[in-house]
Amino acid sequence: MLDKNQIAQRIAKELQDGYYVNLGIGIPTLVANYIPEGIDVTLQSENGLLGMGSFPTEENVDADLINAGKQTVTMLPGSSLFSSAESFEMIRGGHVDLTVLGAMEVAENGDIANWKIPGKMVKGMGGAMDLVAGTDNIIVAMMHTNRAGASKLLKACSLPLTGKNCITKVVTNLGYLTIENGAFILRELAPGVTIEDVKAATEGKLIVADDVKEMEF
Amino acid sequence: MKKVVKNATEAIKGLENGMTLMLGGFGLCGIPENCISALVKAGQKNLTCISNNAGVDGFGIGLMLEQRQVKKMISSYVGENAEFERQLLSGELEVELTPQGTLAEKCRAGGAGIPAFFTATGYGTEVAEGKETREINGRMYVLEEALTADFALVKAWKGDTMGNLIFKGTARNFNPMMARAGKITVAEVEELVEPGELDPNHIHVPGIYVQRIFKGTDYEKRIEQRTVSK
Repeated sequence: MLDKNQIAQRIAKELQDGYYVNLGIGIPTLVANYIPEGIDVTLQSENGLLGMGSFPTEENVDADLINAGKQTVTMLPGSSLFSSAESFEMIRGGHVDLTVLGAMEVAENGDIANWKIPGKMVKGMGGAMDLVAGTDNIIVAMMHTNRAGASKLLKACSLPLTGKNCITKVVTNLGYLTIENGAFILRELAPGVTIEDVKAATEGKLIVADDVKEMEF
Repeated sequence: MKKVVKNATEAIKGLENGMTLMLGGFGLCGIPENCISALVKAGQKNLTCISNNAGVDGFGIGLMLEQRQVKKMISSYVGENAEFERQLLSGELEVELTPQGTLAEKCRAGGAGIPAFFTATGYGTEVAEGKETREINGRMYVLEEALTADFALVKAWKGDTMGNLIFKGTARNFNPMMARAGKITVAEVEELVEPGELDPNHIHVPGIYVQRIFKGTDYEKRIEQRTVSK
C-alpha cells in the first residue's frame, strides 16, 4: 500500500519535459518533491505565478508572493506574474499540460466531487471547477477509501459535482487506474496489494487490465 | 484632472449603504487595507462585496463582517473565517459561490463591456443551475453574466498621480480586472509618484480606469500561511 508521498512519487512519473503543471493542495503539492532527473516542468499557481519555486528561507519571506494555498513561496529564474483573469485564461484555454488534484469521490464515468459536503460548512470550490473543465490531462490523487472505509471510486458520485466526465487517471494508495468507457481500468497495483483488495475497495465498475503489473518507482 | 485624494476616508466618499463593491486580493495578499479600515470606521451597511475570499477573523473583510456591514459575498473560497461561518449558518449573510476563474472573467467582462460569456466551467454542477447552457462545437457551456460595481477598491504597489498602476508579485491577482469594472475605482498604493516616473512599458493598469488614488499607510500585509524552508 502507498503512503501519501509514494502516491505523489508515482504521479511524478507522469511528468514530461516541458510540462506546465498545476498542483492542488494536499497530496498533489508533494509531487513537486519527486520531479524526475532531467525533466523540466514549470509549476503554475492559479493566483498568478508561473515558475513557482520552493518555500523561502526566513529572510526571504515576502507577503506579496504566495501560492494558491496562501503559503509563502519563491520564484525561479524565468518566472512570470499575471492577474487571476490571465491565470484562468491559461487554465480554461487548455494551456496547462497537467493538473493534479485531490477528490472526495470519482465516478466510473469520470465525474469528480471534491468541494462540498451537504450539511457541512461549505468553503467554496476555489479554482477546482475551472481546472477540471479546462485541463484535458488530470490526475486525481487520493486514498482509495474514505475514513469510514467506504469506496471513493463509485458508480456515481453522491456529493455535489465539481466536474462531469473529466477525470481519466486516478492514483490511490492501492494502485493506478484509468477511466475509460464507463469503467475503472486497474493498470498497476501498489506493492503488497492484490487485485482482490482493489476489487473490494472499488464500488464502481472495475476492469483489470490484461497487463496489470506491480507499480515501479 | 485631479485624482489624488488625501486618504482612504476621502477616497470612499459617496460609498453608501446597499452598494456593490469589488475588493481586490487573494487571501490577504494585495487587499486594500486602508480602504477596508476606512469602511469599518464609516460603517456603511448592507454591502454586497465581490472578493475572491472573505478575509480572516480580525483582518481584511473579516473586520467588516464583525460589524455586520456585509449583506452578501460573491466569492470563490471563504473557508478561513469563523465569524463568516457563524453569520452564514444563522442566515444573516448571503453567499454566492463562484468558481475562481469564472469570477475573474466576470469582473474582466464587466470592465470590458461584455455582458456575458460562455464557459465550460461548472457545466453539470449546481453552479449551472438556472443558467442558460448551450452546445458549441460539440461541448456544453454555461452562460455567465458579467459583474460591475459601484466602487472598486484595489491595492497596487506603485501608482502615479494620473492613476497608472503597477503591482508586485502575486498581489496583482484580482486587482486589475476589478479596477476596470468599478464605476468609481479607488486605488491605494504603497508609493505614489509624479507622471513620468513610472516606465509606461511597465504599467499594468492604465490610469483611465482609476478615478481616485492615494498613498496608503501602515500596511500590515499579514501572511496567512507563513511557510519557510529550512
